[in-house]
Amino acid sequence: MKSKTKSSRGRSILAHTVLILLSFMCLFFFYVLIINATRSHADLQKGFSALPGKYFFTNLKNVANDGSFPMFRGILNSLIVSGCSAALCTYFSALTAYGLYAYDFKGKKVAFTFIMAILVMPTQVTAMGFLKLVTNMGMYDSLLPLIIPSIASPAVFYFMYSYLQSSLPISLVEAARIDGSGEFKTFNHIVLPIMKPAIAVQAIFTFVGSWNNYFVPALIIQSKNKMTVPILIATLRGADYMNFDMGKIYMMITVAIVPIIIIYLLLSKYIIAGVTLGGVKE
Amino acid sequence: MKKKKKSIDYGKWGYIFILPFFVTYIIFSLIPLIDTVRYSFFEYYRSGIKEVGPNFIGMANYVSLLHSDMLKYGANTLILWMIGFIPQIVIALVLAVWFTDVRLKIRGQQFFKVVIYLPNLIMASAFALLFFTMFSTNGPINSILMSIGILKKPIDFLGSVFGTRSLIGFMNFLMWFGNTTIMLMAAIMGIGQDVFEASDLDGCNSIQRFFYITLPLIRPILAYTLITSIIGGLQMFDVPQILTNGQGNPNRTSMTLIMFLNSHLKSKNYGMAGALSVYLFVVSAILCFFVYRMTNDNDPDGSKKAAKKRAKAERRKR
Repeated sequence: MKSKTKSSRGRSILAHTVLILLSFMCLFFFYVLIINATRSHADLQKGFSALPGKYFFTNLKNVANDGSFPMFRGILNSLIVSGCSAALCTYFSALTAYGLYAYDFKGKKVAFTFIMAILVMPTQVTAMGFLKLVTNMGMYDSLLPLIIPSIASPAVFYFMYSYLQSSLPISLVEAARIDGSGEFKTFNHIVLPIMKPAIAVQAIFTFVGSWNNYFVPALIIQSKNKMTVPILIATLRGADYMNFDMGKIYMMITVAIVPIIIIYLLLSKYIIAGVTLGGVKE
Repeated sequence: MKKKKKSIDYGKWGYIFILPFFVTYIIFSLIPLIDTVRYSFFEYYRSGIKEVGPNFIGMANYVSLLHSDMLKYGANTLILWMIGFIPQIVIALVLAVWFTDVRLKIRGQQFFKVVIYLPNLIMASAFALLFFTMFSTNGPINSILMSIGILKKPIDFLGSVFGTRSLIGFMNFLMWFGNTTIMLMAAIMGIGQDVFEASDLDGCNSIQRFFYITLPLIRPILAYTLITSIIGGLQMFDVPQILTNGQGNPNRTSMTLIMFLNSHLKSKNYGMAGALSVYLFVVSAILCFFVYRMTNDNDPDGSKKAAKKRAKAERRKR
C-alpha cells in the first residue's frame, strides 16, 4: 500500500513537470513576441532581453502610420469578413439543421447524407473553379466571395444538428404551432434562443477560422486597401523585411495575433467546452 | 401516425429552410468543382500576357503531373505531417490520461487546458512569420542560446532541410496537441468510472489500465483523430508557405501539395491546377468516406448507440 502511494506521488510530480514544460513552450513564443514589440530596432540588434522596453507606443504608432502595410485597415477588413461570416454561417447552419431536424419531406435523408459526405471535404480542391467563378461574377478583388460561401458550412451544420437532437423536443414546436405561431416565427423566436449556446460556440470558431484564413483570400484579394490581416503578413514576409525596423515587425505580428488572444482569454471556458461537442460523440 | 400528418402540413418548410445552404453550396462549391474537373482536361494557361487555350488535350495534364515533382511534394507533405503528428498524438494521449486520472489530482487543470489550447487559435501565417524572425540567424533564439553558452556561433535553422522540416513539424505539433488532448479527454471521460474502479479492484496498475482499458475503449476516437489529422495535413499550407516565402526552401524539400497548387493558380496555369485538384479530390474523397462511416456510426435515432450500450453492459456482466 505504501509503495502505491509513493509511485502515484512520483507520477504526480512527473505530470506536473511535463505540464509546466509544455505550458512554458506554448507561452514562451508569445512572451518573446510581446517583449520584442516593446523594444526599439537598435535595442533588438543588441540581442535578446527578458525585460520589456519603452518603445511600445512608438512601435504601435509606426505600424499605424505605415502606408505600404496598412495593418489597421487590414484588421478592419478582417473584422468585417469574420463578423459577417460568423453571423451568416451560424444563422443559416441553424436554419438548415432545424429544417432537416423538425420536418419530414421527400429527399430529407438524401440531403442529410449529402452534407455528411462533404463534412470534411477540403475547400482547396475547388479553389481553381472558385477563382474562375468569382472572376466571371465580377467579384474578384472584393470581400464578398470571402463572406457568402460561409452560408454552406457542413461542419457547423452537423454541430447544430447534434445540438438540436439533444435539446429541442418536437413537442415544443408543435405547441408553438397550436398557439398559431408561423414557421419562421417559431424558428426565430423559440428555436434560436434555445440554440444560443451552440450558436455562441460556433460563432467564435467561425470567426477565428475566418480571421486566420489565408489560402482563399490570397487568391481573391489584389488591392492593398482590401487585404485581410493574413495577406498583409504574407506580403510582409515577401518583402525583404529583414532590413526593416524590427520593432515594427514584431508589433505588426502582435497586432495580428493579440485580438484573438484577448477574445480567447475572455471566452476560454466556452471555447474549450465547445471543442469536443463538434467531434464524434460516443 | 403523428409524423405522417406533419409531413402533409409542413414538409414544404423543410425545403425552404434548407434551400439557402444548398443553393450556396451548389454555386460556390459544386459548380467550381465541376469546372475544376472540366479544365483539368484542357491546355489552358497564361504565358506573359498571352492566354493559351483552352484546348482539349485529354489526360495530358494528369500524365505530365505524374512526371513532375508532384509525388515528391506529396512525400514532403506526408513527412511534415508525421513530424508533427507523432509527438502530438503521444503527448495528447499522455496528457488526456493524466487529466482524467482522479488519483493524480492535477492542480490548475483549467489553467493548463487554456494554455495548451491557445496556439490552436493563433493565425498560422502570423505564427509562421514569428518563427521565421525568431529562428533567423540574428533572431532571439540564437541570441539566447549564445548568451547562455550553448552555442558558439548562430545556427542557420532555415538553411538546412532538417531544421526547416523540424520547425514546421514543431509548429504543427504546438498548434494541435492541445486540441487533440481535449478531444481524447472527452473520450476517456465517456468510458465511465465503474470500469476503472473495477480494474482498480482487480489490481490493475496505471500502465496496464492504459493499455488494456483506456486505449481499446477510445479506439474509435483515435481513428477519427487520425483521419481528420491526415485531411488537415493534406491541406498544409499557411505555415510552410509563410516560413519559406512560398519557395519550399531549401531545395523545395518543404514544398507541400497545396503550395504547389497555389503556385499553379498564381501563375494562372488553370489546366494543371485542375488536374492537381482532381488528384487531391480523389484522396480527400476516400478520407471523407472514412469520416462519414465513423460519424454515422451513431445514427440519428440512436438505435445503434442503444445496441452498443446493451452489448457493453452484457460484456460487463460477463
